[in-house]
Amino acid sequence: MKEWKDFNSGNWNNKVDVRDFIQRNITPYEGDESFLSPVTENTRELWEQVRVLMRVETEKGILDAETSIPSSITSHKPGYVDKHKELIVGFQTDKPLKRGIMPRGGLRVVKNALESHGYELSPFVEEIFGKYRKTHNDGVFSAYSEEMKKARRSGVLTGLPDAYGRGRIIGDYRRVALYGVDFLLSEKKTSLAALRSPVIDEEVIRKREEISEQIKSLKELKELGRIYGFDLSGPAEDSREAIQWTYFGYLAAIKDQDGAAMSLGRVSSFFDIYMERDMKRGLLTEEQAQELMDQFVMKLRMVRFLRTPDYDALFSGDPTWVTETIGGMGVDGRTLVTRNSFRMLHTLENLGPAPEPNMTVLWTPRLPLGFRNYCSKVSVTTSAVQYENDCLMRTWYGDDYGIACCVSPMKLGKQMQFFGARANLAKALLYAINGGRDEKSGEQVAPEYAPVKGDYLDYDEVTGKFDVILEWLANLYIKTLNIIHFMHDKYNYESLQMALHDDNVMRTMACGIAGLSVVADSLSAIKYAKVKVIRDERGLAVDYEIEGDYPAYGNNDDRVDLIAVNLVEQFMEKLRNQKTYRNAKPTQSILTITSNVVYGKKTGSTPDGRKAGAPFGPGANPIHGRDTQGALACFASIAKLPFEHANDGISYTFSIIPQALGKEEKGRASNLTSLMDGFFLDGGHHVNINVLDRETLIDAMDHPEKYPQLTIRVSGYAVNFVKLTREQQQDVINRTFHQVI
Amino acid sequence: MGTVKGRIHALETGGMVDGPGIRFVAFLQGCPLRCLYCHNPDSWNFGKGREMSSQELVDEAWKYRTYMKASGGGITLSGGEPLSQPDFVLDVIRKAHEKDMSVAIDTSGYGLLDRVRDCLDEADLIILDIKTALAEKHRELAGVPADRPRRILRYLIQSRKPLWIRHVVVPGLTDRRDNLQALKEILKDIPSLEKFELLPFHKMGEEKWVQEGLQYSLGRTSPPDREFMDRITSEFRNAGIPM
Repeated sequence: MKEWKDFNSGNWNNKVDVRDFIQRNITPYEGDESFLSPVTENTRELWEQVRVLMRVETEKGILDAETSIPSSITSHKPGYVDKHKELIVGFQTDKPLKRGIMPRGGLRVVKNALESHGYELSPFVEEIFGKYRKTHNDGVFSAYSEEMKKARRSGVLTGLPDAYGRGRIIGDYRRVALYGVDFLLSEKKTSLAALRSPVIDEEVIRKREEISEQIKSLKELKELGRIYGFDLSGPAEDSREAIQWTYFGYLAAIKDQDGAAMSLGRVSSFFDIYMERDMKRGLLTEEQAQELMDQFVMKLRMVRFLRTPDYDALFSGDPTWVTETIGGMGVDGRTLVTRNSFRMLHTLENLGPAPEPNMTVLWTPRLPLGFRNYCSKVSVTTSAVQYENDCLMRTWYGDDYGIACCVSPMKLGKQMQFFGARANLAKALLYAINGGRDEKSGEQVAPEYAPVKGDYLDYDEVTGKFDVILEWLANLYIKTLNIIHFMHDKYNYESLQMALHDDNVMRTMACGIAGLSVVADSLSAIKYAKVKVIRDERGLAVDYEIEGDYPAYGNNDDRVDLIAVNLVEQFMEKLRNQKTYRNAKPTQSILTITSNVVYGKKTGSTPDGRKAGAPFGPGANPIHGRDTQGALACFASIAKLPFEHANDGISYTFSIIPQALGKEEKGRASNLTSLMDGFFLDGGHHVNINVLDRETLIDAMDHPEKYPQLTIRVSGYAVNFVKLTREQQQDVINRTFHQVI
Repeated sequence: MGTVKGRIHALETGGMVDGPGIRFVAFLQGCPLRCLYCHNPDSWNFGKGREMSSQELVDEAWKYRTYMKASGGGITLSGGEPLSQPDFVLDVIRKAHEKDMSVAIDTSGYGLLDRVRDCLDEADLIILDIKTALAEKHRELAGVPADRPRRILRYLIQSRKPLWIRHVVVPGLTDRRDNLQALKEILKDIPSLEKFELLPFHKMGEEKWVQEGLQYSLGRTSPPDREFMDRITSEFRNAGIPM
C-alpha cells in the first residue's frame, strides 16, 4: 500500500501485528529533552478557549449534557471548539465537554445523574430503555441472589460495575491508523467465515454474534470519520492522520462505552514512527510534531462521562483513566523510548499540569538516563506521572502491553479483563470476629457461625475464622462477577473495542482487595500486642483497645510485612479455586483509587486501633502516619508484596516535600531517578509520585480559584486537587509526606 | 571480629540532604554542644536513645544497598554528635567498607583529635557544621569553645579530606558581615572543599525544646529572608567557593 512506503516491511504487512511494525520501524532515542519545542501560539490560544470552558464546568459541576439522544459511535453531529485552530478533531457529542448518555449500562444511573445536575431525561429514551430494551443493570439485578445484594449493601463487596460500563478494556486503536478500517473489516469477515464447527453451542453462537457486532461497529467507525470529513477506509498517510485515525478509534470507544476506565494504550512511540518518516521527508518540523501532540492531549483532557453523585464520591474528581503507557524496553534490549515519548510528557509543561491523560511510564534502570531524568523533572514540577515496573511486567506480558486504568497490565489487542472492583478485607476480618454479622448494621451477611467469645483476641482463633470467611468471600465474589460479566456481554458488549482485538483474546477476572494494611496491622496487633474487645448491647464487637506496641506495616519489618504478603497469596489462592465466567483467569489488584475513604466510612473500628469510619490506606499504602522509618523502609515493605499473586497491580502512592529530595532544585530530579531505580530493582510494581508541600494543599483547599491546574496523584490516577471532595482533600493532606528529619 | 555498641537516637532510611545520593542516616544519641538553634534537642542526653551494635546498624543499612548503588549514596552518621562515640563510629565505618558502602560523618567537629583521628581518616566524607567563624562567639552560640572544632578543621584541611561545610544563618546571631567575611576567608583556603551549604535557620525544632522542658531563646527570631540568602549565596559563589 502506498501509505506504507518507506516503512520496513515484515509480518505486519500481511496480518494485524502492530508490535512487529513497531519493532521494525522504531527509532529509539537515547538523548535528553533539549530538542523539545514550546507551545505554538495557535495551540496556546485554543487551550485558552478550552480553559474558559473548563472554568465554567468547574463552577457548574458539568458544562452541558445530552438528554435525548443515547450516545453511539455515530449519534452526534460534529463538534468543535474552534475549527480553524484544531489540528485533531472530534468530540463525544456535538459540543465540547457536553456529556453523553449511555443507558445500555443502566437507565436509572443515567436518570439520576442527569437529575443531580438539573437535567431531565427525555421521556422517549426512558420509554425505550424502561419498556423495550433491557439494560445491563436490569440484567444483573434479575440474577443477583439475596446474599449478593446483602454483601453489596454492607460494603464487603463495593464498586462493582453493575450499573454502568465495566471499562478497563483497551482497544488497539493504533490498528485504525496502521491498517485503515477496510483491512480490519476484511480480517473480521474472514474470521467469521472461518468459524465453522460441527456443533453450534452457546459458545460458538456467542462468538459468531460478537464478530458480527464487531463488523457492524467498524462500519460505524468509518461513518464517524465521514461525519468529520475523513475517509478512514485506508491507512493513515502521515503523522497527523496517524494521530487523527487513532483518536477516531478511541473516540468511537468512548462514544459507545462509559466504563470507569477508558484507557488509551501505548501510542506515543507508535506515532513517533510516522513523525520520523515525515521529518525525513521534510514534511514536519519539531514544532509541528509537538503541536500535534499538544492538540491530541488537549482532546484527551476533554473526555467526559456523566456520573452520579454516588460514583463521584467513590472515584472523585471526574477521572476517566485515559491511561497512556510510555517508555519501557523491548525484549531485544533496545529501548522503546522515542522522541515522541518526551513530547507526550512535555505536554504537561506546554499546557500545564493535568490529571488526564493518565501518564504512565514503564520504568526500568535500563531506560536511557536522559529520559529517566526528564520524567523525574516533570514529576517534581507537576506531580502528574505514575511509574510501573517494566522488567517485572515484561516477563509476563512481553513488550507491547498497555496499562488499563491505574495498574492493570494487558497485552494490547490480545488480552482484556473483566473488571471486578474489590473486596473489603478489613470488613471481612470483622465478620470473622463477629460470626458473619456486619459490625455496623448487625445483619447476618456471611453464613452464621460461632463468633469470637473471649475478651482478648487470640491470633490462631482469629486467623482460623478469617480463613473461613475469606473462603466464603472469594466464592461469593467470583459468583457475583460471573453474573455481572455475563450480563455485560449480553446487554452492553464492547463491540468496537473488541473489533480492535484479535479474535481469540485472553480474559482475566480482575478481582481486587482493599484494606490490606488495616488487616496486616490488625493481625500484627493481635499477635504482638494485646487486643481487648469492646462489645455493644447486641453482643457485636464494635471497638478494640490495644495494650502494648506492635510492628506496623510500612517499616520494613518482616514480622508484619510477611502477614501482608501471606494475606495476598492466601486470598489469591482462594480466587484461583473458583469457576469463572468464560474461563477467565482470576487475578487481583491491591488498589483502592480514592475509595479508601468510602471503604473506611463503611467499616467499623478494627483491631489495629483504627476507629470506625476512618479511611484505609490507599492501595497498598500503610495507614497514614504509621510508616515512621523513612521512605526506603516503606518502599521495602511495599516491594515485598508478590506480583505473581497480584498480577493486576499493586498500587503505592508516595508523597514527599520538594526539600526532602535535595536542598537544591537541580539535584532533586536525579535523586528521584535513583529512588525509582532502587524501588523497581527491589521488585516494587507501581508508584505514584507526588512532590508537594502540605501547605500548598491546605492553601488550595481554602483558595481553589488560585489552583485550577494543581494536580496530585492518588491511588492509580491523578486528579485536580480542587475537584476532590473536602473529605478526600483532608485524606490526601493527612497522608505521610516524607520530609527532612 | 567483635562488634561495638553505640547509642542511636533515630534512623532515617531515605535521606537525600546529608551527603550525596540517597542515604541511610543514623542519628547518634548524645551531644556535648548546646546550640541555641538546635532542632533536635532530644538527641542531647547521652543516656537516652537505644543501644545498637555496629553490626546491627550496618546490616540495617545493607537492606537499602540498591538505592545507595543507584544514587552513589551511602551511610551518614549524624547526631547528636557522632564524634562523641568514636569507637562505635570507627567500627561502623570499617564494617560498612567491608560491604562496599561509603560512610559520611555529619559533625560539628567537637572531639579530641587523638580520639577521633581514625574516624576522620577512614570516613569517605566529612560534613562539618561551622557554627560561627568568630571563635569568640562560639561558646555563646554552641555552649562550648571553638578550639576543638578548629583543631579538627585544620587537621581535615591538612589531610585533604573530602569536605562539605555547612553554616546555619541565624538572624541576629550569624548573619552579620564580620562573621560571613571571616567564614569566606576560612573557606577560600580549603582545596578539598567539595561543597558549601548555607542553611537558613528554621524553627521546626521549637516544639521539641518545649517537650524536653527546655527554654527556647529564639522564639522571636524569624528565618532569614529569601533575598538575603540568595545574595550571600552568590557572594560566596563569586568568591570561588563551591556551592
